[in-house]
Amino acid sequence: MKTFGGPVLFLDRSDINTDEIIPAKYLTEMDKEALGPHLLEDLKLEGFSVNGSWRGSARVAVTRANFGCGSSREHAPWALEVNGITCVVAESCARIFRQNMFNGGMLAIELGKATIEELFSIAKNGTVECLVDLDAKKLDFSWKDGSENFPFSLTQFDEALVRAGGWVEFADARY
Amino acid sequence: MGKTITEKIFEAHLRDEPFAGTNVLSIDVVMCHEITTPTAIADLQRRGKDRVFDPSKIKAVIDHVTPAKDSQSAMQAKVMRRWAARHKLPDFFDVGRNGVCHALFPEKGFIRPGYTVIMGDSHTCTHGAFGAFAAGVGTTDLEVGILKGVCAFRRPKSIRVSLNGTMQRGVFAKDVILTVIKTLTVNGAADRVIEFRGGAVDAMSMEERMTLSNMAIEAGGTCGICMPDAVTADYLWSFIAGLYASKEAAVNDFKRWRSDPDAAYEKTVEIDVNAIEPSATFGYKPDQVKSLREMKDVAIDQVYIGSCTNGRISDLRAAAAVVKGTALAAGVRGIVVPATPLVYRQAMDEGLLAVFMEAGYCIANPTCGACLGMSTGVLAEGEVCASTTNRNFNGRMGRGGMVHLMSPAAAAASGIRGKLTDPREVMS
Ligand code: SF4
Repeated sequence: MKTFGGPVLFLDRSDINTDEIIPAKYLTEMDKEALGPHLLEDLKLEGFSVNGSWRGSARVAVTRANFGCGSSREHAPWALEVNGITCVVAESCARIFRQNMFNGGMLAIELGKATIEELFSIAKNGTVECLVDLDAKKLDFSWKDGSENFPFSLTQFDEALVRAGGWVEFADARY
Repeated sequence: MGKTITEKIFEAHLRDEPFAGTNVLSIDVVMCHEITTPTAIADLQRRGKDRVFDPSKIKAVIDHVTPAKDSQSAMQAKVMRRWAARHKLPDFFDVGRNGVCHALFPEKGFIRPGYTVIMGDSHTCTHGAFGAFAAGVGTTDLEVGILKGVCAFRRPKSIRVSLNGTMQRGVFAKDVILTVIKTLTVNGAADRVIEFRGGAVDAMSMEERMTLSNMAIEAGGTCGICMPDAVTADYLWSFIAGLYASKEAAVNDFKRWRSDPDAAYEKTVEIDVNAIEPSATFGYKPDQVKSLREMKDVAIDQVYIGSCTNGRISDLRAAAAVVKGTALAAGVRGIVVPATPLVYRQAMDEGLLAVFMEAGYCIANPTCGACLGMSTGVLAEGEVCASTTNRNFNGRMGRGGMVHLMSPAAAAASGIRGKLTDPREVMS
């Protein structure tokens, strides 16, 4: 199983699409590592810098609705993964992107709009860390002078994929 | 309680339900292209599982960047080519026979009512036009599909989009689907199947239905599905004639897939297509749609006519009818990309290519090309394109470019004026 949790990258916008996560011109890369430097290269977002301090340190991305919409490219989860981001927390993810995350043994956690709103107010406290407790289904956010827990749920299938290490492993054992 | 077409297809293909609500389906057609498949092939090789579940059910094409534009795209093509040869895939389409997957595979008769179809491509929803459940997936789903012939989905919920009335002159299936996306919003159909119903859909050709279904994903839809009927049977007839005594028999057989009148929908959206005007997108999201009347002062640098949305012969005919006898405005480039070799050939035989060339258009070979900003007409920073493709995302056709999505007739009209134009203004 992959490891989850660590510093949080906040992406304060809905509908961030997979072209923004990894532009099509890099889709001729067959090596996942080569995608790394180009993660979020075309994202235009106030306060976001493509080469900010998040790069290399962030382990969790928190964002709003419909994250990963558009193209089916699994290069999007791969580009996140090679940068160490194995957990996305969003109001919602596009279906193919969400499935791609779980298929790769990663987490795409969907929380209610109000909770996401709360997370973005936590973001104002500077550096925020998020620990992921998969057994208790709990996200533990902490910052300089505070912390807060948020429960989450996964479908049984999605959890099984994460625990199996991905869909290839799960399907191989079963079909 | 009746069932939707999607529920019927799921039931007929249910291979396993490992957990309540998770349906593992057997897949009838696994389609592959050179952008998302080579990494699946490499992973299968790494795992010592370089096998395919059934070579006759795998359809492969090199379409996104073809002929290769550089060493990397050449390598992707080479990986596909070798894999197709190794597994003796009967349906592999290489340079000279290749075209945009979602135009080429239907043309070959590979998609039938009631089928399950996956591909490592989000616009796989196009094939729902045949009354099939067709969904875009990532490389891992594709990999398992290639190896095992299965794919997992959540139990489907459907949104019924009822399209009634008659399209006005100058209005096409593209305007209808842009209006549907505007109504549903970019994630309004997330995790849902969009079922296109109503008299306006019944009256559409297969090519028009493919344009509708193609953009279901732009509203987040898993698939955009139409009821199979006599139009479907007509389109497929040369491929299925041996299976049925008559077209009527085929249509009768297709009925088993049609949604029951008392099937349950999460919601129903009614749209009167009479009220739809020639439209285009204006921002970076496909639900940002306005009538072309409201956008007429937007200057353009390029017209792009092609893609899996609108690169079929009926699209080229509609565009050529507008272009005939005119010329591109000064400073505007025009690019026509017939979606498949057959479309290219037909356009040539019908004199459409000559019409475009006389107006100053460049005719490229069948490929995805500039639709995803990889080749054949990528935009420079600050340039604007009137495009018949399906995505206007920031940077989609080149970093810093602006894409306005519209019908082929509207794109052609915009080319004449050098700015976004309602096609009715120039249609004779
Ligand atoms: S034409 Fe464009 S949208 Fe269609 S398959 Fe090719 S890249 Fe994707």
